[in-house]
Amino acid sequence: MSDATLPGRTMITATDGTDAGAMPVFAEERRILGLPASTWPNILAPLAMGVLFLSAWELTVRFREIPHYILPGPILIAKTLVADWGTLSTSLWVTLRITFAALIAAVTVGVALAIIFTQSRWLEKSLLPYAIILQVTPVVSIAPLIIIWVGDVNLSLLICAWIVAFFPILSSTIIGLNSVDHNLLNLFQIYGANRWQGLRYLRIPAALPFFLSGLKIAGGLALIGAVVAEYVAGSGGNASGLAYRILEASYQLRIPRMFAALVMISLTGIAIFLVTSYISHLLLRRWHESAIKRET
Amino acid sequence: MDKPAAGTQNAPAATLISLQCISKQFANGTLAVRNVDLDLRQGEFVSLLGPSGCGKSTLLRMISGLSQPSAGEIDWPLNPHDSAGHAERDRDLGFVFQDPTLMPWSRAIGNVAMPLILKGMRKAEAYERSAEMLELVGLKGFEKSFPRELSGGMKMRVSIARALVTKPRILLMDEPFAALDEITRHRLNDDLLDLWWKSRFTAVFVTHSVFESVYLSQRIVVMAARPGRVMADLDVSAPYPRSETFRTSPLYADLCRLASEKLKEAIHA
Ligand SMILES: Nc1ncnc2c1ncn2[C@@H]1O[C@H](COP(=O)(O)OP(=O)(O)OP(=O)(O)O)[C@@H](O)[C@H]1O
Ligand SMILES: [Mg+2]
Repeated sequence: MSDATLPGRTMITATDGTDAGAMPVFAEERRILGLPASTWPNILAPLAMGVLFLSAWELTVRFREIPHYILPGPILIAKTLVADWGTLSTSLWVTLRITFAALIAAVTVGVALAIIFTQSRWLEKSLLPYAIILQVTPVVSIAPLIIIWVGDVNLSLLICAWIVAFFPILSSTIIGLNSVDHNLLNLFQIYGANRWQGLRYLRIPAALPFFLSGLKIAGGLALIGAVVAEYVAGSGGNASGLAYRILEASYQLRIPRMFAALVMISLTGIAIFLVTSYISHLLLRRWHESAIKRET
Repeated sequence: MDKPAAGTQNAPAATLISLQCISKQFANGTLAVRNVDLDLRQGEFVSLLGPSGCGKSTLLRMISGLSQPSAGEIDWPLNPHDSAGHAERDRDLGFVFQDPTLMPWSRAIGNVAMPLILKGMRKAEAYERSAEMLELVGLKGFEKSFPRELSGGMKMRVSIARALVTKPRILLMDEPFAALDEITRHRLNDDLLDLWWKSRFTAVFVTHSVFESVYLSQRIVVMAARPGRVMADLDVSAPYPRSETFRTSPLYADLCRLASEKLKEAIHA
């Protein structure tokens, strides 16, 4: 004990009555096949539902003898998926590339613009209305124009997908950057923090949960944007994506193939959602309410 | 057991901050504070006691430089003055809000280290000093915890550690323990006194509670509302160290009665 310590009192320990000598205690949940027991119902319930639905579909198609050019059964669709995998996977790759390029561009531009807007009210006031106009204009209606102006099909598709995806990132990041606790801002002011420090240590971390929820929406929208634009473009050749395969198959009345491409688009959308949700969970699980399980 | 060195509280100390005829009127016309004269001496523990809305927080914000008085001057006599006679204010002042106001994405140690990092200290050194500070407030072993993993009292301790990590000459506290339960509040009062005794910063403690202000301070400034002004300036002549026995002493009861009367006068003024 140092001389400076108040006589008659011992060193401080955090025995606040309520948390006397507390040390963190972690209870391990029982695991089945590597996953926590409580997550299994979340996986099994939708799975059972899916199996039920697909069986009903298959049986209906078989017993009613519905021709496969009207409604193919799930088994036929799966077979087509395997048989046409070569063409379809190439197309999937094309669509994926456009989707991800658009998403990356949307994140870059959206975040950069949001940061610029929070640094300058004046710029925000003059530019934000145009961002909103871009957002509310249906992409189907401007896609033909963009294709004419840009010339290069892939680049036009990318621009269309970007237009759809970037607004959710921009608006949610702006809200996030401005949602910092007022007293934390006061504290930074007291310590003479500069703009850059305020941004780096306060505004950007505070914006992260908002940005991530924008990203979840933007991921799905980028895919939708890419597919819609491709419908409009109707591009052929070997560099065409899944949307073109659907159009092509419908002209040729190859309905099972149409469904197979459709299934691939849906699965891609689900995968994008799962990946962005997982990223969000990883980044926020230690501190943000949205990622924290309620104790029961 | 030794008595504290006689005279530690009565020796005339230099004035650290001098509020000279301070008034604050907000843009909407509210006169929050009118003509406040107040000298805060180096190393003393002062409580600002008063009813809600009497301008305690406003006064604290003006001392910290977060807002400017509409009239009057805040002087720091010990600090260098510029050619116009204005004193430089301390950049190293600690501020503790009613809520812990921690960054939820940052661990306890990161929160405490923030003031040092903002001042440009290297991270390793800042963390080393923050770990010492956390130990001093009784949170050894919780460096890596996130705020949500800590109890209300522990979060408040982190907040105090953050305010003291720059070793400021002045610690401003705006009802820091108001949201805590009584047991925790008593513990934190004792620990705050202990920290103050060790490092002898000037403490300005805003509170609603007569008991808390008597227990902690050497001096109680009683304020009245509409407009906010100083009603009384009481000396609390009880010696330190203060502990549970002080709470049950007749002197404590007398002092509380006196402060309550002044507060009642302030409320009905
Ligand atoms: N930003 C502001 N704009 C206008 N009026 C304000 C502002 N801040 C405070 N006031 C007014 O100034 C007066 C003093 O407020 P202040 O917050 O300093 O009181 P207080 O003594 O801290 O009260 P409490 O104990 O409830 O915290 C109040 O009447 C309040 O309404
Ligand atoms: Mg207040």
